[in-house]
Parts: sequence; structure tokens; C-alpha cells
Amino acid sequence: MRSNVIIWTAVAAIFGFLFIPVIIILVYAFSAAPIPAWPLHGFALHWFADTWNDDDVREALLLSVEVAVLATVMAILLGTLAALAVVKMRSASREVVSFVAVLPIALPGILTGMALASYFASWGMNLSYWTIVAGHATFCTVIVYNNVVARLRRMPRSLTEASADLGADAFRTFRLVQLPMMGSAIGAGALLAFALSFDEVIVTTFTAGAQNTLPLWIFGAIRLGQKLPEVNVVVFGIIIFTAVPVLLAQRLIGDSGRVAR
Amino acid sequence: MDPARVWERDAPTSKLVESPCRASLSQTRTNGVWASGPVGVEGAKPLAFFLTMSAPLRALSSLSWRRGWVGVLSLLALPAVWFGGLYLAAIGAMFLTSFWTVDDFSGDLIPGFSLVNFRALLADPTYAHIAERTIGIAAAVTLTDIVLAWPVAFAMVRLAGPRLRAGMMAAVLIPLWSSYLARVYAWRLILSHDGVLNWALAEVGLPGLHIGYSNWAMWIVFSYLWLPFMILPVAAAVERIPPSLLEASADLGAHGLSTFRRVMLPMALPGMVAGAISTFSLTLGDYVTPMLVGGEGSDFIGNVVYSNVGVTNNIPFAAAYAVLPLCVMAGFLLVARKLGAFDAL
Repeated sequence: MRSNVIIWTAVAAIFGFLFIPVIIILVYAFSAAPIPAWPLHGFALHWFADTWNDDDVREALLLSVEVAVLATVMAILLGTLAALAVVKMRSASREVVSFVAVLPIALPGILTGMALASYFASWGMNLSYWTIVAGHATFCTVIVYNNVVARLRRMPRSLTEASADLGADAFRTFRLVQLPMMGSAIGAGALLAFALSFDEVIVTTFTAGAQNTLPLWIFGAIRLGQKLPEVNVVVFGIIIFTAVPVLLAQRLIGDSGRVAR
Repeated sequence: MDPARVWERDAPTSKLVESPCRASLSQTRTNGVWASGPVGVEGAKPLAFFLTMSAPLRALSSLSWRRGWVGVLSLLALPAVWFGGLYLAAIGAMFLTSFWTVDDFSGDLIPGFSLVNFRALLADPTYAHIAERTIGIAAAVTLTDIVLAWPVAFAMVRLAGPRLRAGMMAAVLIPLWSSYLARVYAWRLILSHDGVLNWALAEVGLPGLHIGYSNWAMWIVFSYLWLPFMILPVAAAVERIPPSLLEASADLGAHGLSTFRRVMLPMALPGMVAGAISTFSLTLGDYVTPMLVGGEGSDFIGNVVYSNVGVTNNIPFAAAYAVLPLCVMAGFLLVARKLGAFDAL
């Protein structure tokens, strides 16, 4: 099978392309040199301690976690409600709603950011903690919605009908039938929404005032060329810690296509 | 009848391809969910009491059963208010402010209707160049990712065993979700003048390349960043092609390549278009990568928008320029919908 050999060679090269940069950036965290240079000069671990003790990094990390938690909670509520509504709708109106619902992730991030910035400005609102959360909640909602809707589409209507026949009202059916069946999809959506919010930079630059989320701190440091060893360490931590929820989400969904944003 | 088939009944995609392998990935999962079905929710007694006994809610529940739209509306109300009041209103506000102006002295926004911003955009050819560069690189990145995604998607779905396949899936997902800035920064370190690439070239005795801070750098980095967004929908689309069709094609004497070109490629088109929505839109709306790996004079639409909002505080002008990617994407999405990409998104 000569053609299979060619395909596997191409696959190996493409995975190399995907992973070599990640490996390089992980290795840089252990470099002793205060400026990035290759090959690495010396091995050091003290940058990890320095970064941990940097108050700016800590504040940014805390803000990022808070924003991601709040945005994810809003996304779970809004995304699940929207998904439950959409699967009940007739196909014509369902098409419209599902087209509109994916806009926040189908339209470029600069548009979401620009639109929110001009919206807040036209209301005379100052940018704050809450405008960051509101911005993140828009695209996080879509992630949860996508996951839940995919699961609900695979659930037969007859189950909720049977529940109603047996005397359960809509809330009881939700609690005893629908929620257990879509729980893992909500969980996976929530994990992905959290990861996306935690990493977001383009929309955030438009909706943040004086606050720094962790990605904004990294962006600022790279642009100014300051604290680069700390950037390496922060990035090392983020790559390691985001791998966990992503792999967990994949297990929860158990479906290839759905983890795409 | 296979339970997974019943579950598929309401899925709008099933009218596209009636294939027995469509649900193959999810079947055991859904069975697992079934098995662990309606148990373990009894802990929430006070909530349950509130939800089941409250008379007005009970009335709403039965009303929503008799009149379907009541149920849909009461579920949709909160998301619709949020989505319409914030996101859609914001897109609308951007459209409106693009006709506003800014007071030169106070910097205040002046509402009204004026085409000043659009005239300024058309008068200066720089903005046309920037738009061309942005759209051109977005298109090049999309094509590159389609080419790179196919071998991976094909090997993952058709050649790999279940364990290898799960490993490959994880290997695609981890770079997709690991820090965006980290990956851009990694390329900045690789492509810079004394970076990893030139070091490696020197080691094997080749002259150094100077592609850091150029359009080439942006093309490579964007293709790298968004490749997983193409691999996943293409793999999902390849999986939906029934193997029997490929066998039939081979039985009829088609060579491997012509089976690919005449059977697989057209059938996986919705998946490729779904991936293209992501890669094109993500490139179109970026300004961070051009700032970090593009050089002087490699601005994207996003950079102009960003600096007009953040630096010069000319929101109306930025809004006017942002209308261009909005129109480009709206056109793209309408075409994509016709091609069935939304079911594959």
C-alpha cells in the first residue's frame, strides 16, 4: 500500500507542524536567560517562583478565572434554555434561530468586539468588569447551546411524551428525563466555554477598561518585550491546565465533531 | 430497529445523507446515557417541591403542552432578550455609529447621518490595500488548511484503529484549545532573525530565511492556528460517507484518486465549507497575530479598527471600516448555508 505510506508520512509531518511550536514554547519556560534566545542557555526553575510571586500575574489570573466562571454560568443558563426551545420549534423558525444563534462565533471576533464597544459607548457606559463578562457570555452561550442542541437532536420526542403521559409536568420531565440525558453535554459545553473565555483576547481588548485578564497581561508583556521569562512560565501553565478540561470535555461528549468551538 | 437511528429521526442532517454509519461514534455513548438515565436527581428536595407544586408554574406547564408556542416562548424569552438586547443590538449600534461623527475638539460622539467615514475610507487607497491583504491572506489560509486537513482527516477516519484514532483526535484538540497567544508567541520565537528556524537551517548548512515579520509569516502562523478548526469538520464529513459508496466506486474501476475527487470531495463539501467559515472568519477578524508576527505595513482590517477605538478613539470611523468584514462574512454565510455547511458546523 504505497499510497497509505504517503498519507501517513504527510500526517506525521502535519502533526509535527502542530506540535513543534507547542513543545518549543514549553521548553522555553526552563530557560535561564532573561531574554529569549535559541539554543537555550542554561536551565533554571526560579522563573516559576518569580512568576508566582508577581502580583500583576496573580491579579490577572484571578480576574480571568472570575470572568470565565461568571460567563460560563450565564452560558449554561442561556444556552440550555435556547437549545430546549429550538428543538421544540418548527423547522422554518428553527432555521432562523439556529442561523442567528451561531453568529457570535461565525462572525469575526473584531466585529463582536467593535460592536460591543460602540454599543457601550452609545449608551455612555464605562468599560468595566461587567462589560468583559457580558462580552464573553455572548460567545460562551453559543458553545453550550451547540453542545446541548446536538444532544437533544438525538433524543426522541417520544421520551418526553411518555413522561407527560405518565403524569409529569414540564418541570418534572425536565428534571427526571431531559436533564439526566443532556447533563454531560451541558458539562462538556461548560468546560469548553470556560476554556474559551479564559483564553479570549480579541473581544476582551474592546470590552475591558483598566482591568487586565491573563491573556491581556500576556499580550501587553509580549508587545512591550517586558517580563518575557514570566510570559514563558504563564504560557506553560496555561497549556498544561487547558489540556485537562479539553480532554475531559471530549470524553463527556464522546463525539468527534462537536468539540469544534 | 437500531436505537441510534430513532434518535437521528429529528436531526435535519439525516435528510442529507441516510447512512448507517452516521451515529457510529455516538451510539455507545448515548446508550451509556440511557443506562445511567433518570436517577440521582432526588437530592434537590426543596427545589423539586417548588418546581412541581407551585400552582402558577403548573398552570404554565400544562398551557405549554396544549399550546406549543407558549412553551417555546417561555424557554426562549430569556436568551432572546439577552441576545437581542446585547449582541444583535450591538451589531445594529455599530451600523448606526458608522454614520456618526466625532467632535474634533471635545472628542464626543455626534449622532446623525453622515457619509464622512465612508468617504474617508474610499479616498485613501491604503484602506483598500489593507482590505485586500486581509481578505487575500484569509483566503490563502483557508485553502492551505483544506489541503493540510485532508490527509489527517482521512487517516483518522479511514485508516487508524480506534485507539490511534482517539489519540489523533486528542492531538488535534489540544493545540485547538491551548492558549492562542502562546502559539503566536512560539512562532515569533521560531521565525525571528536569531530564532529556531534560522538556527536549524544554519545547523544543516543552509542560508537563513528572513520571513519573520512579513506576510509569509502571517500566512504560516494563521494556517497553523486554525488548522484544527478545519480538520474536525472535514473528519466528521468523511465519517458520514458510507464505505459502501467508496467500494462501489472501486468496483466500477475508479482509481483511488478519482474516487477521492469524484466521490469523497463532493460529499465532504459541507464539512469543508463549515471549516472554511471558521478559518476565514478567524483570520478576517484578527489583529493580534499581525501585530505580533507581521511587520511594519502588514496591518489587517482589525488593526485599523483596533487603533481607531483604542488609540485615537474614533469609534464611528472604526465602525465604518468594520462594516466591510461584516458584509463579507454575511455573504459567505449565506452561500455556506446553501451548501449545507450549517449542519456540519
